Amino acid sequence: MADPKIKIENLYKIFGSNPKKHLPKVQQGMTKDELLEKHNHVLGVDDVSLDIMPRQIQVVMGLSGSGKSTLIRHINRLIEPTGGSLSIDGEDVLAMNEDQLRDLRRHKMSMVFQKFALLPHRTVRENVGYGLEVQGVEEGERDRRSAHWIDRVGLSGYEDKFPGQLSGGMQQRVGLARGLATDADILLMDEAFSALDPLIRFDMQSILLELQEELHKTIVFITHDLDEALRLGDNIAILRDGAMVQKGDAQEIVLNPADDYIRDFIKDINRGRVIQLRAITEPLPQGMTANGAPQLAGNTVLEDALAPLSEAPDQTIMVTDSAGQVTGSVSLTRAIQALHT
Amino acid sequence: MWEFLTEFPSLGRRDLADFKNTIDSAFRNFSREYGEALEAFFSPLLKFLVWFEKLLLATPWPLIIAIVGLLAWLGARSWKVTAGTVVAFLVIGFLGMWEDTMATLAIISVATLLCILIGIPIGILMARSDRTQAAITPVLDVMQTIPSFVYLIPVVMLLGIGKVPGLLAVLIYAIPPIVRLTNLGIRLVDKDVLEAADAFGASPRQKLFGVQVPLALPNIFAGVNQTIMMALSMVVIASMIGVKGLGVPVLRAISNQYLALGLMNGLAIVALAIIFDRISQSYGKRLQAHRGQGHG
Repeated sequence: MADPKIKIENLYKIFGSNPKKHLPKVQQGMTKDELLEKHNHVLGVDDVSLDIMPRQIQVVMGLSGSGKSTLIRHINRLIEPTGGSLSIDGEDVLAMNEDQLRDLRRHKMSMVFQKFALLPHRTVRENVGYGLEVQGVEEGERDRRSAHWIDRVGLSGYEDKFPGQLSGGMQQRVGLARGLATDADILLMDEAFSALDPLIRFDMQSILLELQEELHKTIVFITHDLDEALRLGDNIAILRDGAMVQKGDAQEIVLNPADDYIRDFIKDINRGRVIQLRAITEPLPQGMTANGAPQLAGNTVLEDALAPLSEAPDQTIMVTDSAGQVTGSVSLTRAIQALHT
Repeated sequence: MWEFLTEFPSLGRRDLADFKNTIDSAFRNFSREYGEALEAFFSPLLKFLVWFEKLLLATPWPLIIAIVGLLAWLGARSWKVTAGTVVAFLVIGFLGMWEDTMATLAIISVATLLCILIGIPIGILMARSDRTQAAITPVLDVMQTIPSFVYLIPVVMLLGIGKVPGLLAVLIYAIPPIVRLTNLGIRLVDKDVLEAADAFGASPRQKLFGVQVPLALPNIFAGVNQTIMMALSMVVIASMIGVKGLGVPVLRAISNQYLALGLMNGLAIVALAIIFDRISQSYGKRLQAHRGQGHG
């Protein structure tokens, strides 16, 4: 397996007048409520460790106040951690001085914000080119590159409009284009689509997935919306009160929720559209062969697998991996169990 | 005992006199020592002021009216304001106040320019640190509330009577609004936008000139407008220490009870104020044209 692009280890963030003083107590297990009550300090991030793999979308999910936006701001050090370590491509981000940090922010990562945070006095073109301008790219080159990304997010023709003249969805397209224009490896998205209407949000997710298919950036995506998390995330990490509750891919989280908090989170989702056959595949019984039995790809979701399953002989289907090799089988009974727990 | 309550335990008359004398003579010594140096320091300013006033007076009046009309049009983009400006200047000239008006125009322009050059950087410094703000705010409060005559005394002691002390008096009174509004404007810049600039690695300089100042511009411009208004309101007081212009006839009118003279020149000052105000305000509004056009 590849080395993680971003490695977060035992990260703590305490807000208050003297965070360092209270760090040892928190490390020894003091809870967020205790810390607030006794010392009037707020625990923002509580011992979070997370390896974020290159070229994947890592979703960080949690309700408001769970520390997810605080966590993402540690990655580019908009917020300084109280304790722990953080490295990108093996480089210790916390040891960087101002210049190194600025360089990191200019070239290695960019960010998309919940409230868009566009420059209201600049046109769409100038906004998209902002990261390049900060890097010192000269104007002609800047405009050429912005034009490309404006086109990619579907805003051609709006280059000379001001953000205030655009709808929310269009503004966030500008935000996304601005984030992409610097060609940074890492894209940090802080509830980037949360302020948008559901339909527009779905469109933006599609745009992001489409772009990701060819760009293969390392994306850290913050959201409080489970459907969004399941749709976008190669990996999902769930935070509560600043602490990591569970991390894994969508299948693991839906099939093996770590506790009631997560069970509560996933209770309303359409399991038939999320759970894939590969997650519930059982090894073939001894002596049984796949010959002749119907086959389905491992990434088929249950909803689509039910009809073939009920028609199959013995109501059992062979599951194949991406290379077409049979990895095991799934029975109708097992599929129905997976839908209902 | 009773006496202690009715009579305030003040410093004795002699002590008090000594106290005042000490301050007075200290300042007199200071002014004797450094007066000339200060005058030399301000002499480029004086030369510029004199040059500018002469330039305005030497320019043919139709040209001045054309320039003023053009500026009004460029600033306000409104035929009403432009026509009003031209008519006001014609009436002022017709009523024989052309020269005084040019002198006033000269000192107001120079004062405003200086206020902008000095005030905006101070405002920016204030916006960057709470400590600087805490230190400068009371100074601004004093500058705005202390009766002008009080600071005229040391200014005149140092520099005598003339254009430069008059200009200084105007500056002291007129600079606080632009400092305050620059500070306010920068502090009101959307934190989210600043965070975005940080996230893209903008240096403090890039943030200041690319984000903070442009976004604070409407407020800064309101400050410029206020500064001009306050500078105009100092015209009469400045004329007491030798600044030529519309204030001089007003002063003469007060001491001789010439009602018509006072009214005419007073109204000329009002006309200038209204013109400056309308032009700078509508220019300021146009600066934020990009806002408020949202469609939900």
